[in-house]
Amino acid sequence: MRFILLMAWRDSRASRRRLFLYSVSVVLGIAALVSIGSFSANVRQAIDSEARGLLGADLVVTSPAPLPAAVMDYLGALGGDIAREQTFTSMLTFPSVGRLRLVQVHAVEGGFPFYGTFETEPAGGAALLRSGGAVAVVEPTLLAQFGVRTGDKVKLGGTLFTVVASVGKVPGESPGVAMMAPRVYIPMGALAGTGLSGSQALARHRAMLRLPAGRDADATVRDMKEKFPLVRLSFDTVAERKRNLGQAIDRLDAFLSLVGFVALILGGIGVASALHAYIRGKIATVAVLRCLGSSAGQSFSVYLVQGLALGLVGACVGGALGLAVQSALPALFSSVLPFSINFFVSWPALLRGTGVGVVICLLFSALPLLSVRRIPPLAALRAATAERALSSPDPWRLAIVAAIAAAIAAFAVWQTGALAVGLGFAAMLGLGILVLAGLGVAVAWAARRFVPRSLPYVVRQGLANLHRPNNRTVLLLVSLGLGTFLVLTLFLVRTSLLREIRGADALGRPNLIFFDIQDDQIGPLRAAAAAAGSPVTESSPIITMKIASVRGKSVEDILREKDAKIAAWALRREYRSTFRSSISSTEKVTEGRFTGKAAPGGAPPPISVEEGLARDLRLHLGDEVDWDVQGLPVRSVVGSIRSVEWRRMEPNFFIVFPEGALDGAPMTYLAALHADSPAQSARVQLAVVDAFPNVTAIDLALVVETLDGIFSKVAFAIQFMALFTVATGLVVLAGAVLMGRHQRIMETVLLRTLGANRRQLAQIQLVEYSALGVQAAVVGSLLAVAGNALLARYVFHVAASASALQVGAAVATVSVLAVATGFLAGRGVADHPPLEILRQET
Amino acid sequence: MSQPAMLRVSRLTKTYATAAGPLTVLHEASFELEAGASIAIVGPSGSGKTTLLGLCAGLDRATGGSIELAGERLDALDEDARARVRNESVGFVFQNFQLIPTLTALENVLVPLELRGEGGCEPQGRALLERVGLAARADHYPVQLSGGEQQRVALARAFINTPKILFCDEPTGNLDGDNAESMVELIFGLNRERGTTLVLVTHNFELAGRCQRIIRLKGGSVASDERTQASS
Repeated sequence: MRFILLMAWRDSRASRRRLFLYSVSVVLGIAALVSIGSFSANVRQAIDSEARGLLGADLVVTSPAPLPAAVMDYLGALGGDIAREQTFTSMLTFPSVGRLRLVQVHAVEGGFPFYGTFETEPAGGAALLRSGGAVAVVEPTLLAQFGVRTGDKVKLGGTLFTVVASVGKVPGESPGVAMMAPRVYIPMGALAGTGLSGSQALARHRAMLRLPAGRDADATVRDMKEKFPLVRLSFDTVAERKRNLGQAIDRLDAFLSLVGFVALILGGIGVASALHAYIRGKIATVAVLRCLGSSAGQSFSVYLVQGLALGLVGACVGGALGLAVQSALPALFSSVLPFSINFFVSWPALLRGTGVGVVICLLFSALPLLSVRRIPPLAALRAATAERALSSPDPWRLAIVAAIAAAIAAFAVWQTGALAVGLGFAAMLGLGILVLAGLGVAVAWAARRFVPRSLPYVVRQGLANLHRPNNRTVLLLVSLGLGTFLVLTLFLVRTSLLREIRGADALGRPNLIFFDIQDDQIGPLRAAAAAAGSPVTESSPIITMKIASVRGKSVEDILREKDAKIAAWALRREYRSTFRSSISSTEKVTEGRFTGKAAPGGAPPPISVEEGLARDLRLHLGDEVDWDVQGLPVRSVVGSIRSVEWRRMEPNFFIVFPEGALDGAPMTYLAALHADSPAQSARVQLAVVDAFPNVTAIDLALVVETLDGIFSKVAFAIQFMALFTVATGLVVLAGAVLMGRHQRIMETVLLRTLGANRRQLAQIQLVEYSALGVQAAVVGSLLAVAGNALLARYVFHVAASASALQVGAAVATVSVLAVATGFLAGRGVADHPPLEILRQET
Repeated sequence: MSQPAMLRVSRLTKTYATAAGPLTVLHEASFELEAGASIAIVGPSGSGKTTLLGLCAGLDRATGGSIELAGERLDALDEDARARVRNESVGFVFQNFQLIPTLTALENVLVPLELRGEGGCEPQGRALLERVGLAARADHYPVQLSGGEQQRVALARAFINTPKILFCDEPTGNLDGDNAESMVELIFGLNRERGTTLVLVTHNFELAGRCQRIIRLKGGSVASDERTQASS
């Protein structure tokens, strides 16, 4: 052992810098794993330490309707503290600038939060809300957007509120929610004056409780579910919130770790390739050691120790870099996490990241190092015997490849916790690498076969470098190509999703939707919108109703059945249904026949049910469904099943009745129109909401902006990790150029001796690196376009879109990076005087 | 009384499989060499000299026949066992020196002992380097040494494990006249001092003449086995 360690140390003398460079290949992958792993540990610890603050209460009971007196009595009898909140969407007007915006109103009452802090700027906003009056605590982005300050007025419904603070983090609320609709907090007592309390869309009524000591939240939930089976209640407890958040963090951790792992695998491939070249240069040394009495195992161990050291150095540097990256992550994620993160080093995560790095590095190192065992001592006398021995098949090589595949699959399964997902990831990664490697082989072959003699010499020489002995074409296509593929796929998917939503603008589809329009307001609203320049193009009546019975069996009876396979949510929920004479452009009848007019004579009207709901309710054509339409019983039969394009931002419904079936039922209206510009949209909104303060508007442009914001944040996190892959590809490229440096110097010297000037030498390099960079970028981009098409079609169900500009920009960026890296790594190659080199060789 | 055989070669054959069919490069070579003796193997290029040397030193496996070196049947040993025999009983000097470029002269010399796990043998190495006139260059790397100096380091390395037998492959092939002469003096001087058996492959008849016996190979077979004046 002493000899092995001593020899490994001494033998590395002349190549430590090179070995260090090889280790850089795995540094970024390890850094990615460590940073994500350690950061996730930080987040988990924050979840644990702020568990109660996450919810602000021990138990939160939520209902879409005001909580029934029986429920409130039950909660009051528990003996703890109760706070209440009513949440709904409405339009907030900024009179000082004459603008308005859809907001989420929180009318609050009581001592919430019982745990944690209701953050406001300036502090004390929560206390002012508790003391009542026409005061509002408003989302800071809104204040900034409309130039409103503390002390200014905002108008909600019919009431002017004084802005007393801006709202920060609130226990129980995710800042992500604020991105969908900005929050406005007002005292519950001030709600009545606005004229808005009542039946606003997306309303939510909550009771927040601090339970008396000894009272278990989960037991209370179980008790309430038993006592109030028919009331639509949902419950949130600290344990539930922790579980949900923990699961979300675990999923994100797993996903990002897998992206980082790809970088590590690429680094491993880079290490294997570098060591392959390294060992080629060590044949004579190994042969002499064998002559002097070293066994095959000892010689192999000498270089395995070097491989291990390389992995350890990579792990140390990667670990340190990972921790540095980790320290920057809290700032990056602060806007999407509901609590602040304290930086600390998670030693298990550090050990796991570096351990995985060392194992992967060692496995990939073992692949080229295996050949050391096969270098015969006779190679000291005859070099050719080494070539013969090395080119013969080695069953251990297959074993190592199998071990690598197993390690990748094991890691993926470990990270995702799902065998199928883990194996699928490993298989897809293997397939991606094989496709890229296959293309690399094809490119090298084509470069040898199809380069016309008529091309200028520098071009031919540059392209010839793609297929010469010891070329790195396959390696670079795999590493750069895979990096490009990952980053560009994420980018294209985001574009496809946004384009699908934005498509409404281009096609003149409705992009402004008004809802909560009362029966007597729809006519005047049409007139007001038309007068403002954007007539209403679509309107639908909305009738709220509940299911009373299905196929003659009451909802209560079905809910009591233990083995009923009908989704409880679908039975309990409140449906906002409509009636119309025909199906809309977003719908398609998949079963039965749509009936547009109810038949006279009192026969149950045939309704059209959305296919997903039909599945959940186990409804089939001809089934009877009885409805409770705000106290009025209405019987219907399932006449048709429809598929609905929900992603189209147009009025869509689960249940559509035929015209005439719901005459006389209390209804509100929803109206949609198209505004040509943001200014026009603002003008129509102002005109309508000014005249009808209870009406709420959804501006599609703002929805797109919001979704873009969310996509950007998520995509940024993923792309940030994927960038490690691209960077690894560039490191591998730099390593490959440095590996072949001696060969390059020799060729350059020879060319200079034969009369080539510096410009020609540079052009040869330019052609070679450009060819590699462009090919890697093009292949990676093509795979990304294909990946985007598959994801768009099978996962997101949208039309794939990939603009030539984006793909072109990706190709250009990767190519330029490849050329720049190649030149940087190969600088100085042409600086050696020919005589100096030629003399060395003699 | 005659010395026991240090090297016993019997009907040694080496055949390679080639695309054109089997190629026999050594055909039933037989000879014996007693301990302390010196022998030169000569012959034209391609006559099988290096193949014979490689087989005798246990660097390769024969296709047929047997080799007994220092009392051990090499053909019956696996590669690791042959490596042990090489480490314990054999010294090598190569035409192209074959020093390990990343080790200093002293470290190169010490490799065989370190392979055995022996520590504290630096004085031995320095003494040998002094014996070959390179005490002052002990910490130099091969690239910092001339060809003659490198070959002397290789000789010191060959003797560090007090081998029973020394195999030299064209030891002066890459050296100029003066260096070659001094190298030859060292080889034979150490051979005498330490009683080492010497097997030498060379094209140089003058050098071969300093050995006690000369085996001539021709077309892979032993054409002659003669005693020289040096044997008397």
